[in-house]
Amino acid sequence: SAATNNEKSNRKIDKLLIANRGEIACRIMRTAKRLGIQTVAVYSDADRHSLHVKSADEAVRIGPPPARSSYLNASSIIEAAVRTGAQAIHPGYGFLSENADFAQLCENEGFTFVGPPASAIREMGDKSASKRIMGAAGVPLVPGYHGHEQDINIMKSEADKIGYPILIKPTHGGGGKGMRIVQSPKDFVDSFLGAQREAAASFGVNTILLEKYITRPRHIEVQIFGDKQGNVVYLYERDCSVQRRHQKIIEEAPAPDIISDFRTRLGQAAISAAQAVGYHNAGTVEFIVDTLSGEFYFMEMNTRLQVEHPVTEMIVGQDLVEWQIRVANGESLPLDQAQIPLSGHAFEARIYAENVPRGFLPATGVLHYFHPIPASASVRVETGVEEGDTVSMHYDPMIAKLVVWGENRAAALIKLKDSLLKFQVAGLPTNIEFLYKLANHRAFANGELETHFIDQFKDDLFVTPKDSAEAEKAYDAAKHSAALVGACICEKERTRLNKSPPGGLSMWYTHPPFRLNHHATRKIELEWENEYHDNNSEHLTLSISHLPNGNYLIKMGESSVSYLEATVTHLGDHDFRVEADGLSKNVNLASYLTDQTEHIHIWHGSNHHQFKQKVGLDLLDNLETDHHRNRESASHPPGTVVAPMAGLVVKVLVKDGMKVEEGQPMLVMEAMKMEHVIKAPTSGIVSGLQVAPGQQVSDNSVLFNVKKEGAESLVVIWRNSEGLGGDEVSSGGCGVCGGCRGGVDAAPTMMEAVSIRCCDTMVQFLLDACQWDPPIRDPPSYLIFLHLGSTVYNHRYSAEI
Amino acid sequence: RWRSSVNAALITPSTDRGFSSGHNVLADGVDRTSDSFIQNSKKMESIMAQLHSHISKVTGGGGEEAVKRHKSRNKLLPRERIDRLLDSSSSFLELSQLAGHELYEESLPSGGIITGIGPVHGKLCMFIANDATVKGGTYYPITVKKHIRAQEIAAQCRLPCLYLVDSGGAFLPKQADVFPDKENFGRIFYNEALMSSEGIPQIALVLGSCTAGGAYIPAMADESVMVKGNGTIFLAGPPLVKAATGEEVSSEDLGGADVHCKISGVSDYLAQDELHALSIGRNIVKNLHTAGNEGMVNGIKGIISDYKEPIYDVNELRSIASTDLKQSFDIRSVIARIVDGSEFDEFKQLYGTTLVTGFARILGQPVGIIGNNGVLFNESALKGTHFIELCSQRNIPLVFLQNITGFMVGSKAEANGIAKAGAKMVMAVSCAKVPKITIVVGASFGAGNYAMCGRAYSPNFMFFWPNAKIGVMGGPQAAGVMSQIEKSKMKKEGIQWSKEDEEKYKSKFIEAYDRESSAYYSTARLWDDGIIDPADTRKILGLCISASTNRPTQTTKFGVFRM
Repeated sequence: SAATNNEKSNRKIDKLLIANRGEIACRIMRTAKRLGIQTVAVYSDADRHSLHVKSADEAVRIGPPPARSSYLNASSIIEAAVRTGAQAIHPGYGFLSENADFAQLCENEGFTFVGPPASAIREMGDKSASKRIMGAAGVPLVPGYHGHEQDINIMKSEADKIGYPILIKPTHGGGGKGMRIVQSPKDFVDSFLGAQREAAASFGVNTILLEKYITRPRHIEVQIFGDKQGNVVYLYERDCSVQRRHQKIIEEAPAPDIISDFRTRLGQAAISAAQAVGYHNAGTVEFIVDTLSGEFYFMEMNTRLQVEHPVTEMIVGQDLVEWQIRVANGESLPLDQAQIPLSGHAFEARIYAENVPRGFLPATGVLHYFHPIPASASVRVETGVEEGDTVSMHYDPMIAKLVVWGENRAAALIKLKDSLLKFQVAGLPTNIEFLYKLANHRAFANGELETHFIDQFKDDLFVTPKDSAEAEKAYDAAKHSAALVGACICEKERTRLNKSPPGGLSMWYTHPPFRLNHHATRKIELEWENEYHDNNSEHLTLSISHLPNGNYLIKMGESSVSYLEATVTHLGDHDFRVEADGLSKNVNLASYLTDQTEHIHIWHGSNHHQFKQKVGLDLLDNLETDHHRNRESASHPPGTVVAPMAGLVVKVLVKDGMKVEEGQPMLVMEAMKMEHVIKAPTSGIVSGLQVAPGQQVSDNSVLFNVKKEGAESLVVIWRNSEGLGGDEVSSGGCGVCGGCRGGVDAAPTMMEAVSIRCCDTMVQFLLDACQWDPPIRDPPSYLIFLHLGSTVYNHRYSAEI
Repeated sequence: RWRSSVNAALITPSTDRGFSSGHNVLADGVDRTSDSFIQNSKKMESIMAQLHSHISKVTGGGGEEAVKRHKSRNKLLPRERIDRLLDSSSSFLELSQLAGHELYEESLPSGGIITGIGPVHGKLCMFIANDATVKGGTYYPITVKKHIRAQEIAAQCRLPCLYLVDSGGAFLPKQADVFPDKENFGRIFYNEALMSSEGIPQIALVLGSCTAGGAYIPAMADESVMVKGNGTIFLAGPPLVKAATGEEVSSEDLGGADVHCKISGVSDYLAQDELHALSIGRNIVKNLHTAGNEGMVNGIKGIISDYKEPIYDVNELRSIASTDLKQSFDIRSVIARIVDGSEFDEFKQLYGTTLVTGFARILGQPVGIIGNNGVLFNESALKGTHFIELCSQRNIPLVFLQNITGFMVGSKAEANGIAKAGAKMVMAVSCAKVPKITIVVGASFGAGNYAMCGRAYSPNFMFFWPNAKIGVMGGPQAAGVMSQIEKSKMKKEGIQWSKEDEEKYKSKFIEAYDRESSAYYSTARLWDDGIIDPADTRKILGLCISASTNRPTQTTKFGVFRM
C-alpha cells in the first residue's frame, strides 16, 4: 500500500475540477491556467451562462438551481470528474469545502481532494470535540464551565473563578433566549435563576453553561499552511472584526496594532492547533482576542481556503491556490517560516447585493451596470459576475471582493476608499456606500477594531431619520446630483443626435435646439428615495434650458431662480466632464430600464445617487398592462383566473388540490365557435375550482385560483435585544408582497417593520438566519417577516427557534 | 456655380475677419465705429427688449389662473405637449407666435393656438395645438386663420399633421367671422380631407374637449388617440343634448374615450393619460413609412453636412438692421451673416446693382438669394427675373431679403417700361415652383413687395424682422398723395385749406400708416409667419428650406413674359 500511495502522490494534477461557483471558481481557475492545468467547471441550471462556466476549459451541468441538488450534490460532482477525466477536485469555500464525507468520497474514488485530510475536517467540524483537542494541545480556550453539576453555589464559585463579566447561556436552544451577561458577583444569583427559568420555559431543559464574557472582542485569524510531510507554517494573521449579520465584510492583514511578539505567539498557537489534527493544505485558525486584557482564545478552525485569503496573498506575495495545488501534489511547502515575507498592508471589502438600511437583507436582481475599478498591481477585483448577470436568490449574494494593497495600513486605506468610490454597480442595492462609510470612519482609520464595531458606531454608519441637519444635507446633495443628471442626459442625447441625426435632418438637431424667440426647455422629473423619510420618495422637477452658448441652465421645481449653469462634455459612453461655477469634475452616469421606469445612477466625487424616471408608456407594453389592470381591478385575490369572455366550458383538465405548472392547460372554453384553452397563470396548487363541463360562464367570472406554492404561511421573525424569535402570524394564502404587509400590521409585537420585496428574498434570509450561530448579541431591534416556503424551510425554521 | 465641398475643404477656414479665405467670401462691410451703427444698435436693443416682453407674455398662455386650472386636470400646456412629441433635443420652428397681438379687445395670446414644425422620429411634422388656457381653446377668426395657414404650409411641404385638440369649438360671439366664409372654420376639415387624399397623414390627439365642429378634427383624421378622462368628442355637449332630447348624460358617457375607442369607433387608440397619448402619437408617426421618403430632393443628395458657420458674428445683424428705413445698408452685410462660411457667389454683380443676386448655402443647403440694395430699376428687375429662371430650372430654393421701397418712378422710368420689367419679375416670382422664403429685413412697400415675393405670392414662409415695415407706400408719401387729392377737392369746392389743417390731416394719416405698417400689426393679422430676431435668420432659413424641400420637385411653367 505504501507503493500505491507513493505512486498516487507522484501523479501530478493536470486537470482540476472546481466544485464551486462564482468568484472563487474563477479565482482557482486563474491559477490553474497559469500552471497549465486544465480546468473543469460544474454548474447548476441557474449558472448556465455564468462567468465561471465561460472561464473553464470544460463545464458540466450538475443539477437544478437549489444548492442541495447541485453544488451540494457530491455524487453529481464525482460523476462530472469521472466524465471529464479530472484527477483532482478543488472544493473552494462554502458548499462541500468542509464536508468530511465529501473529502473522503473524493479520496475513495481516487481523486485528489485539494484540501485538508477528511479526518482533520471532521475533528475541527465538531465544536466541542475540537475544543477538547485544542485544550489537550495547549491552545488557549475561553475560560468557562461546561459541567453537568448545576448547583447554584458550585456555579457561583465557577463563575468567580472565571472572572466577571460572565456570560450565562442555556446549553440548549439558541436565538439568544435565556442568555444573560453578569457584570459583577452580586448580580449572579438573580441572573442565573432567571436564565434557568427562561431556558426551562423555552427549551424544556434548564442546564446552563458559563463562559467568560469578552466585552470588547476582536476577531483575529491566522492563515496556516501544512504539507503532507508534516511541515506547518503560518502566513500571519488577518483581522476580521468588522462584521454584519455575523459575516465579515472588511478584512485586513496583518491585524493592526499587534506587536511582533504577540504575532509570533498567535502563529505558534495556530501551528499547534493544526498539528494537533494532522493538518495539511490551507487552513485558518480563528481566535477571539480580548482587547482589554490582551489575551487570545481559540474559537475554531476553518478547514478550507477562506474568502478573505487574498489579503494574506497580498502581504506575503504568494499565490495560496498554487500552494494548495502543490501540497495536494505531495510537494513540500515552497517556503519555510523564516522565508515568508511580511510586506505592507492589505484590505478586502466584500461587495454584496444587499439592502443595508433594511438590516443588510440580501438583495437579488440584475447587474445592469457593473464597472469595478480597473485592476492593477495593488488593486484586485475578485468576481464571478459580469454586467448583465443576475444575482439570484439561490446563492450567496456577494458580487465581488475588492482587495487593495499599500505600503502600510494608512496607504492601503486611502486606496480602499478611492477604489470603493470608483466601484460602480447599478441594478440592485449594494453595500458599497456602507463599506465606504466604514472605511472612512475615524475609528476604523485608528484601527479600533472589534466585532461590535458596526453596532458601536451605528449612529455614524446608518441614516438616522431624526437628524434634520443631515437630512437637509442629503437632500441638497441629491438635488445637486439631479441637476447634473439632467445636464448629462441632455448632453448625451445631443451628441447621439449630432452623430446620427434621425432622418438625415441634421439642421433640426443642432445645439442648442432652436426655439423661436425663447430657449428650448426640457422638463425632467426624477424621483429620489429619501432615506430620511420612511418610504418617501421626493419628486425633483428639473427644467433644463438650453442656453445659446451651449450651456445648460437648470431650475428646480417651480422656482424661477436658476439653480445651476453647467457646461457638459460627453467623454464617451457613461463618462462626462461637468463644469459648474468654475468647478469641473468627472461624472459617470448609468441607466437601465425596468417596467416603465428608467433607473439612473450618477457618481461624482464621493457622491452616488440613484433616481427613477417614469418613461413614456410604450404602446404595446401598455396595452398589456392595461389588460392586466382590468383583470386585477376585479379585486380578486392574486392567482385568480377569470373567464376572458363569455362562453361554454367544454373540458376541465384539473382538480382542486392538483399541482400545476405555469402555462399548463387548465380548462377549455368554447366561444364564437372557437376553443380557448385557459392556462395556469403561475405554478402552484389549484383551488376554488368553480366550473364544470357544460357550464355557461359570463365574461370575467371566476373560474379557479392557482395558489402559489410555498405561500402557505406567513411568519414573522423578529430580532431584538433578547435575541432571535419567531411567530406565525397567519396562515392561508399570501400573495407576493401585499399580503405580508397585512400580516405584519396584525402582529401584536411589531416594533419596526422591515418590508421585504419578495418571498424568495425572505426564504433566503430565513435560511441565513437559521445559520446564525451563535446569534449576535445586542443586535438592533427589528422585525422581519417571512413567507414560508416548502415544508423543508418550515422544518429548518422550527429547528432553529 | 459654387465650389464643390472638396474644394471648400482644401481651404483652411479662417475666423480672422480681415482675411478672406476665398474669392467668394463677402467682405465685412460694417463700420462698427460709425454713428449710425451705434445708434442703430441702441435702438435695436430696445426693439428686441419689446419683442421679448411680448413673447414672454404669450408663452405664459392664458394667464396664471387658467394655467393652474389646466394643470390641475393633469394636462400639459400646448408647447409642453409639443416638446414631448418632438424628438428630444430637436428644434421647433414655431409659426405666428404673435398672432392676435392687440387684435381684439381681450388679449388672445398666440391666437389661442400653437403651430409649428419639428421632427418626430426623424420625420418633419406640422403641429397644430389648441391652447385651452386661452378662452377655452375656442376659435376666434384669427385662430381659424392660423390653423388654416399651418395646414397650407403642411400641404405645401407635405408635412404630416398632428392636431393636438383641446378646444371648445367656434367662439360663438364672433361666429359671423368664424363660420361662414370660404377660409373659415369649415376649411379646416376640407383641408384635412384633401391632404389625406394626397397621402399627407392627418393625426389627431384628443387631449381635451372636442365639441361640435371641433369633433370633426379627430373624426376626419386618419388616426386618432383619446385620453381617458380628459378627451371628449361629441357634436353636442350634455347641456345641448338635454335641451334637445331631454336625455341626461355625463360628458364621459356621451363622448369619452371609452365610448369612442370601444363602441363608436370614432377614435382608434385609448390613452391612459396625456403622456401616454403623446407617446402613442409618436408611435403613429414612427409607423408612417411613406412620410418623408419621397421628399428631401435637395436633401440627401445636395446637402453638405459639415458646413461652415459665417465668419462674421450673426448677432451683428441686430445692429445692421436699420430702424430708420431711410438709412440704407448693403444687403451683402446681411448675406454675409446668414450663409455658410459667408461665401456668396454673386450673379451679374455689375448689372442692375440695386438688386443683389447670387448662390450660397445655408446649413449646407443650396439657395439662391435675392436681396434689395435700393429701388428697383429696369435692369434690376430683369436681372431678378433671369436669376429666378435659373433657380427654377435648377431646383434651387429662393430666399428673398426684402428691403424695398418700390420700383423707380418718374417719366424716364415709365418710358423705359419699368412696368413691363416689373411685370416680368412678378411673373417669374409667381410661377417659380421652387421653395421660396421671404424675410423682410427693412421696408416692404408697393410693387416691390410683389416682385420680392410678398405674402400674395405664396412664399413657403415669410418672416419679419422686428424693425421692418410694410405698406402700399410710406406714410409720408401716402399722406402727400392724399392731401393733394383732398386739397384739389377742396379747391373745387372753393375752400381754402390752411397750412395748419393740412399738416394735421397729414400727421393723422401718417400716424395711422405707421401703426398699420408695423411688423406687429402685420404679424397679429397673419400677414406673415412671425417676427424673428435678426440673429436667428440663418437658423430659421435653414429650417424653412429643409421643411420646404420635404416634397418632390415640381416643374416650373412660366406664363407670357411681356417683352
